[in-house]
Amino acid sequence: MSTAATDPAALGEHARSFFERIPHGQTLGLEIVSFAPRSLLARLPYRPEIVGNPQTGHIHSGALTVLIDQTSGTAAILALGGKEQVATLDLRVDHLRPAQAGKPVYAQADCYRVARDVVFVRCICYEDSPDDPVATSMSTFMRTGGWQAGQSTGGVRGEA
Amino acid sequence: MNELAELVARVRAEKDYERLAELVPYAKLIGVSFGEQPDGSLLFSLPYRPSNIGNALLPALHGGVIAAFMEHSATLQLLWNMESTKLPKIIDFSIDYLRPGRPETLYADCSVVRQGQRVANVAVNAWQGSPERVVATARMHFLLSRQAQPQSAD
Repeated sequence: MSTAATDPAALGEHARSFFERIPHGQTLGLEIVSFAPRSLLARLPYRPEIVGNPQTGHIHSGALTVLIDQTSGTAAILALGGKEQVATLDLRVDHLRPAQAGKPVYAQADCYRVARDVVFVRCICYEDSPDDPVATSMSTFMRTGGWQAGQSTGGVRGEA
Repeated sequence: MNELAELVARVRAEKDYERLAELVPYAKLIGVSFGEQPDGSLLFSLPYRPSNIGNALLPALHGGVIAAFMEHSATLQLLWNMESTKLPKIIDFSIDYLRPGRPETLYADCSVVRQGQRVANVAVNAWQGSPERVVATARMHFLLSRQAQPQSAD
């Protein structure tokens, strides 16, 4: 049986399927832009419903937290070869400046350490360039084990 | 007083909580609401909505929604306390998740731990069922903006 880790295309499909089925992510229109074995680039489109300051039109910082949590969690799943689920343990965000009104925000999440029980991820949010970030984040995820029957997203079959 | 400070004063006088809760589009999208407790403290709530789910299989609330609700509760608390004449700006936000958020109302209470001239440190607890059943704890810093003279033109 092929594993997710040895088949990048299947792993990507698994991540995409997981990411795109998250109801609140759908509500915000979150999309995967690209992925690598341990990282993910996702996009939050600008919409009037996610504004945090009606006078400036800036996106609510909480909507950025949703983008960061979902992108970082999916990067952790990618780093685990798509064979395990994770639960957010903690997450910290530094809000460096407001996101420009009218522009989508990108989140680049990179998993930099997979330990026995915990996965460590950093994430950076920007509109145009990661060199000019809106927010930076560090988060940790608990490994919560394999996908249960009925929880498989269908794209990947992992080895036991 | 500026427009926002006037609105907060009016909302406080008329106990028209919904008006303040619906001021911000994203807070309205997820459904943040609040009211005064008998002791005068504020209790924030996020009634269950299917669109706030993060894990459809458990099911569990989206961790980002829990965070956004807690952050917005702190913002409303600072406005309510009239510590800022503009929307407080978040500087940093840190959350610890203790339990999955079940598909039911999530509550939050905020305490302003330290209030300086420019910065406020706020701790927020979010719980379901009873206050002991904590779903997440968070701490955050906000930059405040205060006008020196309440009567000065905005």
